[in-house]
Amino acid sequence: MKIIVFAKQVPDTTEVKVDPIKGTLIRDGVKSIMNPEDKNALEAALQLKESHNATVTVITMGPPAAEAILRESLAMGADEAYLITDSLYAGADTLVTSMILAEAAKLVGYDLILTGRQAIDGDTAQVGIEIAEHLGIPVVAYATDISISGDSVVVKREIDNRVEVISTKLPCAITCSKDMNTPRYMNLYDLFGCYSKEIKILNNSVLNFDKTKVGLVGSPTKVRRTFTKGPKGEGKVFQGDVEESVEKVMNVFAEVLNIH
Amino acid sequence: MIMVFCQQDDGNLHRVGLELLSKAVELAKDIDAKVTAVTVGSDISHLATTLTQYGADRVILVKSELLEMYNSDLYTKALSEVVEKEKPEIFLIGATQLGRELGPRLAARLKTGLTADCTHLEIDKETKLLLMTRPAFGGNLMATIVCPNHRPQMATVRPGIFEPHTSDTVKSAEIVEYTPSISFEDARIVVEEFFEKVREDLDITQAQVIVSGGRGVGSAEGFEKLRELANLLGGTLAGSRAAVDNGWIDKDRQVGQTGKVVKPKLYIAIGISGAIQHLAGIQEGTYIVAINKDADAPIMKIADLGIVGDWQPIVNGLIKKLSKKASKEDDYEMARS
Repeated sequence: MKIIVFAKQVPDTTEVKVDPIKGTLIRDGVKSIMNPEDKNALEAALQLKESHNATVTVITMGPPAAEAILRESLAMGADEAYLITDSLYAGADTLVTSMILAEAAKLVGYDLILTGRQAIDGDTAQVGIEIAEHLGIPVVAYATDISISGDSVVVKREIDNRVEVISTKLPCAITCSKDMNTPRYMNLYDLFGCYSKEIKILNNSVLNFDKTKVGLVGSPTKVRRTFTKGPKGEGKVFQGDVEESVEKVMNVFAEVLNIH
Repeated sequence: MIMVFCQQDDGNLHRVGLELLSKAVELAKDIDAKVTAVTVGSDISHLATTLTQYGADRVILVKSELLEMYNSDLYTKALSEVVEKEKPEIFLIGATQLGRELGPRLAARLKTGLTADCTHLEIDKETKLLLMTRPAFGGNLMATIVCPNHRPQMATVRPGIFEPHTSDTVKSAEIVEYTPSISFEDARIVVEEFFEKVREDLDITQAQVIVSGGRGVGSAEGFEKLRELANLLGGTLAGSRAAVDNGWIDKDRQVGQTGKVVKPKLYIAIGISGAIQHLAGIQEGTYIVAINKDADAPIMKIADLGIVGDWQPIVNGLIKKLSKKASKEDDYEMARS
C-alpha cells in the first residue's frame, strides 16, 4: 500500500498575538512549524506503515525553506519526500493548490492520501477535500480513527454533534483530526539518516501546467485586503434589575448559540 | 441569482440556513437579484413554507429517498447538478462541519473558488462582486476575498453571525421539486452507523463557549456556580490570573498572556476587570459578555454586552432559565422515543 501525506509548513499562529491597544499583529520571533494536524496525518500513515507494510511519501508545496518539514518527516520515519516548489505557483488559492497537489499525487502514485483536517494559518479545511475531488476519489473529512483491511477502509469521524462510522474503498483520501493520535518524535536513527536522503523536487517543468492556470493568476479567489480589526469599538453597557439583565444575556445565548 | 443551501436534518432546518437567507435578501437588493433556497433530503416538502417566510423567492426541493441522510458523495452530485442548471451568481453555505465538507467538494467539482468560514458579506458598490471577509492566522488577521471571474462566487459562512428575519409581508415563492439523477452506486462512501456525541469538558482553547471568572467571583464555591452555567451552555470553565492565584481554578484554565489564547464563539467574563494581559488571551471574532459591578472596568469597553450588577443573582437567574429549557428538551426526547 502506498500512502501519500500532504503536509504544509505554517507559522506557529499560537505565538502570534494581537496588540490589544494598537490592534496590530505581533509577529516577531514566530517560528515555522509543520502544520499540527498534518503531523497527525503523518503519524497515522507511519502506524499503517508498521501494521500494513505500507510506504509513506510526504509531499509539501512551498518555498525552498519548506524542506525543513520534509526532513522532519523523514526523521519521524517517512520513506520519501517531495518538495513542490516553483515561483509560478506562488499565491495559489485552495482550488489551484489542490489541483497542483493532485497532479503530484498522480505522478507519485497512491492508494491512500492523508492530510491534516486544516492548516492553522488559513483554517480553510479545503485543500485535502479538494485534492480528492480533482482525483475523482472518495474523501472522508475530520477522521479520528482509520482501519484498513484489504481495500476496505473504515473511518470514524466527528461531524457537528455526531460521530459517524463510514466505510469506503481504496483509493481514497482522509483528512485527519488532532484527536486521532499523538504524533511521535523524530527518532535518532532516522534523524541522522534524514540528511542523507534525497528530497525530490517537483517544479513546473515536471508538472507542466499552463502558467495562466496556476499561482495567483490562475486562482479563482483573490485577497482584496487584509486587516486586523484594531481596537474594538465600545459595546453596549446595560444597567438594570436582575430580571432585565438575565433577559439581555438570554438574548445573546439565542443569537450567538442558537439556544431558544 | 443568489442561492442558499439550507441544511436540514430529520425534517428540521438548521438555523444557519435561515440566517443566510435573510442575509441573501439584503445582498440581493444591491445586485438586483432573486434569492433561491435549496434544501436536500427525502421528506422535505413541508420546509418550503418556512424557507419562503425567511425570504426565498424560489425554493428548490432536491428530493430523493437516497438523500434521507447526509452522504457527501450524493449531496455533492445532486447539488452540483442544481448549480449547473441554475447558474447562480452567488452560492452560500452554512459553515457547519457538514457545510465545510460539502463546500470544497462542490467548489472543486464546479471549478470555482470558495471562501471558508466567512464572518462578513457585502456587495462591492463598484464591481458588484461579493466581498467575503473571514478570519485567518488563528483569528488574528481578517482577510477580504473576492472571486472575480469564476461562478458561482462561493462562501461558507459561520453560524450565528447574521440574524434571521421573517418577511414583513405575506410572501409567495415558486416551489420547485427537483429529482437528481443519482443512484445507489454514486455513493462510494457509506455511513454504516452514527450516534450523538457525548459532551465532555473541553480544553479551553477548543471550547465554543467559555464562562470565565475573576477576582470578583470571590470564592471556589462561586466557581462551582460558573461551572454549572458552563455545563448548561455546553461550554467550559476558565478564569483570570487572579482566579488561578487564589486557587479557585487550575492553571491550565487560565486565559491571558501568561495563560492560554482562546477563540470561543461566546466568552462570558464574570467579575473580571479586563486587564490588557487578560484581553490578549481572547481572540478576534469572539462575542464577549461581561458581568461586573464596576461600570468603568476596562472589560466594559471591550465587551459586546456589558451588564453592570452583582453577578450572583444574574448567574442564578440564567441557570434557572437554562435548566427549565433542558428539562423541557428531555421531556420532548422521552416523548419521541
